Amino acid sequence: MSTAVNPVTLELREVFKSFGSVEALRGVDFEVRNGEVMALVGDNGAGKSTLIKCVAGIYSIDGGDVYFDGERVVIHGPKDAAKLGIEVVYQDLALCDNLDVVQNMFLGRENHDPIFRLREAPMEQRTAETLKSLSVTTIRSVRQPVATLSGGQRQSVAVARAVLWNNRVVFLDEPTAALGVAQTRQVLDLVKRLGEQGLSVVIVSHNLTDVFEVADRITVLRLGRNVGVYERDKTTEQEIVRAITVGTAPEAAAS
Amino acid sequence: MSTAAPAEVQAAAHGDSLAAVLRARWEALKGGDVGSLPVIVGIIAITAFFTYKSPYFFTSVNFVNLIGQMAGVTVIAVGIVFVLLIGEIDLSVGYLSGLASVTVAEFQLAGSSHDYPGLVAIALAILLGAGVGAVQGSIIAFLGVPSFVVTLAGLLICQGMIIEILGTQGVIGITSNQVNDVSNYILSKNTGWIVAIVFTSLLALASLGTYVGRRRAGLPTGNLIIAIVRVLFYGGLAFAVVAVCNHTRGVPLVGLVVLFVVVLFSYLAGRTTFGRHVYAVGGSAEAARRAGINVKLIRILCFVISGSMAGLGGIIFASRLNSVDLTFGGGTILLDSISAAVIGGVSLFGGRGRVSGALFGGLIIGMISNGTDLVGSADWVKYVTTGAILLAAVTLDTVARRRQVAAGR
Repeated sequence: MSTAVNPVTLELREVFKSFGSVEALRGVDFEVRNGEVMALVGDNGAGKSTLIKCVAGIYSIDGGDVYFDGERVVIHGPKDAAKLGIEVVYQDLALCDNLDVVQNMFLGRENHDPIFRLREAPMEQRTAETLKSLSVTTIRSVRQPVATLSGGQRQSVAVARAVLWNNRVVFLDEPTAALGVAQTRQVLDLVKRLGEQGLSVVIVSHNLTDVFEVADRITVLRLGRNVGVYERDKTTEQEIVRAITVGTAPEAAAS
Repeated sequence: MSTAAPAEVQAAAHGDSLAAVLRARWEALKGGDVGSLPVIVGIIAITAFFTYKSPYFFTSVNFVNLIGQMAGVTVIAVGIVFVLLIGEIDLSVGYLSGLASVTVAEFQLAGSSHDYPGLVAIALAILLGAGVGAVQGSIIAFLGVPSFVVTLAGLLICQGMIIEILGTQGVIGITSNQVNDVSNYILSKNTGWIVAIVFTSLLALASLGTYVGRRRAGLPTGNLIIAIVRVLFYGGLAFAVVAVCNHTRGVPLVGLVVLFVVVLFSYLAGRTTFGRHVYAVGGSAEAARRAGINVKLIRILCFVISGSMAGLGGIIFASRLNSVDLTFGGGTILLDSISAAVIGGVSLFGGRGRVSGALFGGLIIGMISNGTDLVGSADWVKYVTTGAILLAAVTLDTVARRRQVAAGR
């Protein structure tokens, strides 16, 4: 457990978020350390997606604090999150089908000169390099529109986009949900590689087999609260399932 | 279809041989990306038809006329392209152009308290268009009111303003030479040649710059022969246009205005971050927003462009007739402008199409109008033909889109 000594990269303390009368997050605590793969699990409506969107700057939080490298930060929008080095790969991938791979990889952060002219060559170069470093070999041309890619290729582009920016924390929302066996294998390998490169990875998944394969620790959310953080090596799937479905007393779960 | 050969990663698609490039183009065509093929076929077919029907159609005098006739609609269509690219619509451009016509006439009106030089009047009319676009765009972007309704209201308001301003006199003559020159000035023959030389040189420089830049970065450079053929084709086209015009009076200034607008906005759409973000918003506004793009600002700017170009179009119309009256902004201007953009291959669903499509679409619409007039057909023929071509263009767009989705997964 080398990660146990690593410093915490991102931490949420007592974070609240509600939509009208619906309380999605009710004082959630959450942390992820450098070089750690943290799984975030919970039933539908547990607040996983809301938590991600709060950290990504899509939603603003109603209460609580966010710390990055031990410093308190306020995330007002996607740009703030990107500046900190937080990247989210959404379940729907958030790709523009009409744009090509390079254009999607650099979307919103295009390489340009002082008068906003695009510098295509370096962008294309880095895209090709990044895909190569992640062993993504099935994409024929980085200049083909994303609309012409398969589901697995699209997932690869979305993950590669997260890696391209030398990010500190990468959130993966259900990265294997729509994939076949071989492609799931690739993505899980990719997730491990990200952790080994010193990134903090948060993987949201309903598939506990996948979770137990890649995660170092597992955070369980239930009804907008953190009901426990478990070391992968000291827990079982049964214990996690129980935490997800009935919850456990927070003091009993603290590891 | 694209996942079949994982081993030959980058090399295959970028094969620099002519055959590989043509094969890739053919694949794209089958995948629904028809490019500018239908437009080119359309232009050739229409030219052939009217040349057969009328001895005057394929003459240099008529060609110079055609440039003047299509200029206004083409410029407005350039603005429409940006609005369509983000998946919106602007119905106000017709009467907004009329309002700009009235504005430019009003601000050069001799003997009034606002008797400004022609260029100032022109600037004010374009600014008015931009301002109306900004207001409409803000309502659409911030309040989320559908653009169809906002710009429909804009259409009515502009029409009302035209009636109010012209109400007492009904017509304003334009005496400012600067305003009248926009549509009526003819460049000297040598200036025409210089324009063709400058255009071709810029095109060649841009292509060379891309080639050298990619080569230096160690990226696949594409086929050099195709790049050269492209420069020669468009450069040759420019020289041909100048040659035909110079055979009679010369290149009209308004032709240069259209060329400038098309090149400027093509550059903006294709080579700048703004253009990239426009396409992104049209492709997926949500993805663009999550990528940190200011989607509201992009929306507003697109309507500002559309409004400004309506303003410029209005100036061209007013200048062409040397006066404005109550009919300005009405008629088929709105539908012709939208049709021009759509016929030029700009998708109504957002995110697909090029600015240059407005030029080709404008040319097709202009040729039909010009040709039917020459042949002496009744007005209904003109309307039915334009309608049929528009329907064909939209159908093609829809089918192409479906095929592209089908080819994706």
